[in-house]
Amino acid sequence: MSATAPTPAPAASGRLGAVVRHRLFWPVTALVALLVVNTVSRPSFLSVSVLDGHLYGSPVDILRNCAPLMLVALGMTLVIATRGIDLSVGAVVAIAGAVALSFIATSPDPGSPATVLVAVGLALGLSLVLGVWNGFLVAVVGVQPIIATLILMTAGRGIAMLITQGQITTVTSAPFKTLGAGFWLGLPVATLIAFGVFGLVALLTRRTALGVLVEAVGINPSASRLAGVRARTIVWTVFALSGLFSGLAGLILASNVMAADANNAGLFIELDAILAVVIGGTSLAGGKFSLSGTFVGVLIIATLSLTVVNLGISPLVTPLFKALVVVAVTLVQSPVARRKLAARPRRRTSSGSPSGSSTSKAVA
Amino acid sequence: MANVARRARLDRRYLPVVGTFVVLALLVALGGVRYDNFLSVGVLANLFINNAFLIVLAVGMTFVILTGGIDLSVGAVLALSSVTAAYLMQAGVPAGVVIPLVVVVGSVIGLLVGVMVHVFEIQPFIATLAAMFFARGLCFVIAPESIPIKDETFVALASWDTWAGGQWRITSSVVIALAVVAVAFYLLHYTQFGRTVYAIGGGEQSARLMGLPVARTKVLVYVVSGTCAGLGGLLFAMFSRSGYSLSGVAMELDAIAAVVIGGTLLTGGTGFVLGSVLGVLVLGLIQTIITFEGTLSSWWTKIVIGALLLVFVVLQRLLTLRRT
Repeated sequence: MSATAPTPAPAASGRLGAVVRHRLFWPVTALVALLVVNTVSRPSFLSVSVLDGHLYGSPVDILRNCAPLMLVALGMTLVIATRGIDLSVGAVVAIAGAVALSFIATSPDPGSPATVLVAVGLALGLSLVLGVWNGFLVAVVGVQPIIATLILMTAGRGIAMLITQGQITTVTSAPFKTLGAGFWLGLPVATLIAFGVFGLVALLTRRTALGVLVEAVGINPSASRLAGVRARTIVWTVFALSGLFSGLAGLILASNVMAADANNAGLFIELDAILAVVIGGTSLAGGKFSLSGTFVGVLIIATLSLTVVNLGISPLVTPLFKALVVVAVTLVQSPVARRKLAARPRRRTSSGSPSGSSTSKAVA
Repeated sequence: MANVARRARLDRRYLPVVGTFVVLALLVALGGVRYDNFLSVGVLANLFINNAFLIVLAVGMTFVILTGGIDLSVGAVLALSSVTAAYLMQAGVPAGVVIPLVVVVGSVIGLLVGVMVHVFEIQPFIATLAAMFFARGLCFVIAPESIPIKDETFVALASWDTWAGGQWRITSSVVIALAVVAVAFYLLHYTQFGRTVYAIGGGEQSARLMGLPVARTKVLVYVVSGTCAGLGGLLFAMFSRSGYSLSGVAMELDAIAAVVIGGTLLTGGTGFVLGSVLGVLVLGLIQTIITFEGTLSSWWTKIVIGALLLVFVVLQRLLTLRRT
């Protein structure tokens, strides 16, 4: 949006130019390319069938597998929009799973819905507290977000192991299993939860002034405070939300495997989430965010993981492909590439005017 | 009296490092009081031997953080370097070729990151994240399973040691690590490159207006960090006598934690490479104390390091608050 505004596309390059320059063009292209690769290698890839009253097929798998990442990336987008970053989400995922499963495992009746509700409530409450703690360090103490959350990232897995006593806690509880593996109206419950929360936040930020306030804080915290925005409260809120959403993601992940593994639950999910946010076109410099971009970014990462398996490549090599996608998408979205793209039609119409920004860059 | 006061004011820059040193001394004292054999030369010598690769990583990380950047790729590059070394030596390539080659692998990845950061203006966090995924993926392409190192020259180099003062055991990796520290110290404090690193951290725009070679230096710090990671991988291979794709997971966090505990500000411009070495020693001592305690489970290491990080960050915050 910001790139298209200063250089109105001349009529000659027309609608195509506007489409290419839309901020979602490259992410969506990458997603479509991945889907095409999959469909070519296995023509039945995109087909969805009904089995036992559930939708079944690779697209449904993608939607179900991306649910935890969707939730984490949602919180991450808001945090990054305020010029912050939250490295602790993976640790919060592990803690939430550990708390819920430890509670269910020690309760006398693991199968009763009441037990599960209390466990979920406990886990979400603790995640919210951890998010508030991060927010306190950033908004009140004034620690840089990357360091403030690094503390919890380091200590968090230790805390999760303390809760599970270093064991992998496993339980059998039908109501809890529904969260990650259940279906409702033919769709995976995890997907419905993640998309529901996502829609709710999108509605809250884009239909009220909240989104603009978050962006204002990201552009300049002191200026927005002087303009009457409660910058501190907003930073605090986004970190708290990030903690809460990570906790929810942790519950879905734990319910998927019905086990709490303090070491490996949500490992590297913070990196995947940050990647999804960046692929979606939200700048780490803060000040603007795109929830639709994050949505596409999460789908790209989930599809990529499935593609690697689909092509018969060891999933251990997935990071390599992730790196390639990230480099490709960030390079075409980088300020330098954008400037070149924007400069091309301008040069054609007015060759006399010097384009200041790109030449000064070349000298430096 | 006035003399003391003036010296105290002069030392303000060194205050965070002095803080790290005090923590280190307290940890040594704590260990010495609680456990009988703690204050032996052997324990302290092992501290260096077991953390040689982390010292090298932290030195490289210090350069990057001083410019206000960050390098998340060092753990993965360390793994890539050690796996490449093990793989090539298993294939019969002589150690004399392999050793420089794997260090260069680190430099090349660092160069790619530097170009991404500087030429394409991608945030260091994302560029090094991509490099991390790239290096980690490449490890599994080369060898998914652990490869033992049996090359005679390499094993001889790895097992070389000497006893300084009759008791203090020094291995080849400790010598290499200390040499890296010495070179880094020289580079940072006695060359134009070092002064430019500090200047960029203090203010990139001002450094550019002063006519300093900002572009070259910004690329070079990532080359330095990549080279250190490559060398760290070599030391890790010497330490473990094998190359394994999953080694060094989350080691970048240890390196960053060591740098922060060592008193370097993540905003850049303030910090010392010797502080980072002290930071590594603090992390190593925590590990040692928890091992000596015996009854404490391993997860307490993480919790204690997190708590220590918190204390240091809040202290640094208070220090910078009072200055402004």
